[in-house]
Amino acid sequence: MIQSADVFRVFQEHRGDAIVIPTGTSGRHWREFSTDESRDLNLGGAMGQTTSAALGLALGLPDEKVVLFDSEGALLMNMGILATIAGMKPENFCHILLDNECYATTGGQPVPNAQDINYAGVAKEAGYTSAYSFEDLEEFATNVEQIMKDTGPVFVAIKVVPEVENEPIGMRVRVPTRSRAETIRDLQAELGISAD
Amino acid sequence: MVQQQAAVLSPEALVQEFKQNGVTHVVTIPDSETNYLYELMKEEPWLEIVPASREGETFAISLGLLVAGKTPVVLIQNTGMMESGDSIRGMVLDAGFPLVRVVGYRGWNRHGVITDSAATYTEPFLNAFRINYYLVEQNDDSPRITTAFEEARATKRPVAILVGDEYHGFNR
Repeated sequence: MIQSADVFRVFQEHRGDAIVIPTGTSGRHWREFSTDESRDLNLGGAMGQTTSAALGLALGLPDEKVVLFDSEGALLMNMGILATIAGMKPENFCHILLDNECYATTGGQPVPNAQDINYAGVAKEAGYTSAYSFEDLEEFATNVEQIMKDTGPVFVAIKVVPEVENEPIGMRVRVPTRSRAETIRDLQAELGISAD
Repeated sequence: MVQQQAAVLSPEALVQEFKQNGVTHVVTIPDSETNYLYELMKEEPWLEIVPASREGETFAISLGLLVAGKTPVVLIQNTGMMESGDSIRGMVLDAGFPLVRVVGYRGWNRHGVITDSAATYTEPFLNAFRINYYLVEQNDDSPRITTAFEEARATKRPVAILVGDEYHGFNR
């Protein structure tokens, strides 16, 4: 397993000007490494639907690279989206799954079939152009440049160390971040998209 | 005795309303009575169809398209809309974008007794989410579709069009 922060540290070097959508507990580390906040987007807000929203963005901005850092708990809630994405064939879409095998925000309970499911295999058979699996950081680092060049939709499953939260929600330390509305506003300004 | 032809909402009228209101994408799961509409939409070069796997996706995909500056419409059946509650809450109502959904009103009829629970709960569902809606049954009602688009744009909220297609005008 890989520390999710290390995934982001390695990825940042190859980000280019891609729009990056981080989700889940692991995704929080992205802000420690991102050097272009105006192209970071929060599309969370409904159970398992960030993947769908990221697809919509990729379809609407075919000239922009869109990279989603998904989580396996969210993907399991809406696995049909893999077929939807594969069917639409967004060439600009890179779908990276940070798989910690559990619901980290609720105490670390395992997701269904946590250790045996092959997400990259499911994505590939659903029709993604290419699919990768990594459990070793160096292997990911070796391949990430090619992954970012691949014609999408590309799927990348990475096993990451769970960062389980057990404190009551009201007692958890929260780092201030931009709201979803603020990230949308900033991205639209960056791309010259009218908000009206 | 003169037989009166049943008044229907033609798919051509619906597509014309989409064009008139600048729709770029139809995010959809086919309704049981919309096969001809689907065929018609596929022929339009200005319109992209995004087939989804589950209705909850349609609202989230639409949010992504709206962020990208596009004008999507969700086209689903009332049963699927009810499946989509959390997506409607989190990806539409909380997001503050205008989004029109066209909803096949399965089970609805004007002249008989409604026995299908899909119809029984459709309007209470929309009312629970405080989403305004317009009933469209025939071509003469189609200006209501433009009204829905105008209202959605003005309020930056979702608006629903319920297609009470009692005579199956979308099915040929």
